[in-house]
Amino acid sequence: MNLAVSLPGLELKNPVMPASGCFGFGKEYSQFYSLDKLGAVIIKAATEHERYGNQTPRVAETASGMLNAIGLQNPGAEQIIKQELPYLKNYRVPVIANVAGSTIEEYVTVTKAFNHTNDVSALELNISCPNVKEGGVLFGTDPELAAEVTYQVKNASNHPVYVKLSPNVTDIVGMAKAVVNAGADGLSMINTLTGMKMHLKSRKPLIANKTGGLSGPAIKPIAIRMIYEVRQALDVPIIGMGGIMTSEDVLEFLLAGANAVAVGTANFQNPLVCPEIIEELPSTLKQYGFNSVQDAIGKGH
Amino acid sequence: MINKQALKVLSIKNIAYQTYEMVLKSDTELNLKPGQFIHIAVKGFMLRRPISIADVNEIDRSFTVIFKIFGDGTEALSNYHVGAEVDALMPLGTSYPIESLNIKQALLVGGGIGIPPLYYLGKKLKEKGVEVTSVLGYQSKEHVFYEDKFRELGETFVTTDDGSYGHSGFVTDVIRDSNLSFETYFSCGPTPMLQAVTSLLKDENGYISLEERMGCGVGTCYACVIPLKNNPNKSKKICKDGPVFDANEVLLG
Repeated sequence: MNLAVSLPGLELKNPVMPASGCFGFGKEYSQFYSLDKLGAVIIKAATEHERYGNQTPRVAETASGMLNAIGLQNPGAEQIIKQELPYLKNYRVPVIANVAGSTIEEYVTVTKAFNHTNDVSALELNISCPNVKEGGVLFGTDPELAAEVTYQVKNASNHPVYVKLSPNVTDIVGMAKAVVNAGADGLSMINTLTGMKMHLKSRKPLIANKTGGLSGPAIKPIAIRMIYEVRQALDVPIIGMGGIMTSEDVLEFLLAGANAVAVGTANFQNPLVCPEIIEELPSTLKQYGFNSVQDAIGKGH
Repeated sequence: MINKQALKVLSIKNIAYQTYEMVLKSDTELNLKPGQFIHIAVKGFMLRRPISIADVNEIDRSFTVIFKIFGDGTEALSNYHVGAEVDALMPLGTSYPIESLNIKQALLVGGGIGIPPLYYLGKKLKEKGVEVTSVLGYQSKEHVFYEDKFRELGETFVTTDDGSYGHSGFVTDVIRDSNLSFETYFSCGPTPMLQAVTSLLKDENGYISLEERMGCGVGTCYACVIPLKNNPNKSKKICKDGPVFDANEVLLG
C-alpha cells in the first residue's frame, strides 16, 4: 500500500514521525530500530544559546497522559548542527528542526543558523512551548505576535516553515489563519495543554516549574477537534499530533484532516511505537476501506 | 545494547513494609551490571517505572528487583502474580566501575529503597576478593530487609531513623561512630542521605547512585537531569550518564 505523502520540503515514505522533544536527536532510539523506517524525524527544540532548562522534577504521570516542564534544554543551534545532525545523515530520513526562542530576534537567529545546513528539510516553528518564562507560548496565544514571528522567520528561512500551534487558545482557527496569512507553509498541531498536578505529601505542585504541558492520549480528542476545525477553514498542510498510540489513532488524525502525524509521549512507554504503527498502518487503512494514506486525508469531513 | 524484553515473574514476595522482592526471568542472556536498572511498563500506566537490580543469576537467566509501593503504579506492580509478563527496557544506565577499581576494602552505604543495588554490587565485590563493610539505614524496624544477606557479605551495621531496630540515627552517625576501614565507598539512597554521606566522606573516593522521576529512561526526554558540581550550568542525565556517578561529579539538591 502507498503510504507516501508529499508536503512542502518533505517527501515522506510514510506519514509517521516522532514529535519534537520526545526523540532527542535520534541516537537513543536508533538502538531499538533503524531510523530509515520513519517518515521523518522532528528533533528537539533549538534555541540560540545553550539552555539548562527547568529544575527537577520535570515530569509527572497523569491519567492517560503526562505533564512535562523540561524548559527547552538544548545545547544551542550551532552545537546541534555540529554535534547532532551529522548522526542523522546515516539514515535516509528527512529531518525537521524545531526552532524556539524568547524574542523574535532569537527565532530569526536560530532560523538563519539552519539555513547553512542541508541536513534539515524543514523547520517547525515552536511558538507554543508552555514551559519557558519568556517567549514560547506567549507568541502562540496572540494572533498578532504569532503572525509577526511567522513572517520574520519565513523571511529569514530558506526551508519551508511549519508553525506549531498551541491549543491553549479559544480560537484555534483564528491562530491558524493568522500564521498562514503571514506565510506559514504548513501547520503542526497541537502542542501540549498547560496543566498542573499537586503532590499530596508536600502539599505543593509536583513539577518544579509548577505548571507543565499535558500530553498523551488525554489530549487526543482536543487535537482531533482542532485539526478538524482548521481543516474546515483552511487548505494548508497539517502535521497532526496529540496522544497518538496506535495506527487507528493515525487514521483518526488523517480523517480529521492531518496530512502526516507525529508521535510523542507514546515513545516513552514503547520505544518501538513508531515502527510498530508504520507496520500496522496498511492493514488499518485497508480495514476501513482506504487504498493509501493520501486517500484517507480529510475524509472525516 | 538496550532491549525491550518480555520477562516472566518467577516469584514475588513481600519482604518488609510495602517492600516487594520480585524475581524475573529473561529468554536471553543477561548482561546486567551492578548499579544498572530496568524500566518497567506497568499495565494501565503511561510512564515506566525505573527499578534497580538487586541480584542476578546468570545461569538461569533470572534476576531480582526490589521495589517499594510509592504510588498507584508500584502498587499495581506489587499485585503481579507468578507467571505474569513484565515489559521492561534493559539494561539501562551506568554501573559501578568495579572492573577498573583495584581495591581491597569497600564500604557500602545504603538508605531504604537505595539498598537493593548495593547487594548485587557487594556480591560482585566479594567475588573479586574485596572485603565489604555495609552500613544500612531504614526508617524503622518494619522496613528492614536483606540484613542477613548483607551479613553474608561482611560486617554489617543496621540503623533505623527511630531507633526501633539496630543503631539509632542516620547512616552518617554510624560511619562517624565506627572506625571503618575502606578505600572506596559506594552509596545509594535518598538525596538528603547522599548529601550527608558525600559531605562526611568528602576526602574519600566514592561513587553514588541517584534516583529521579524519569520519562523515557534512555536519554531522550531530559526529564532526569542533575547539575554538575564544577559547572552548575551543565547537567548530566541520570538515566543515561548515570545513575552511578563519581561522588564529586554532581551537585546534590
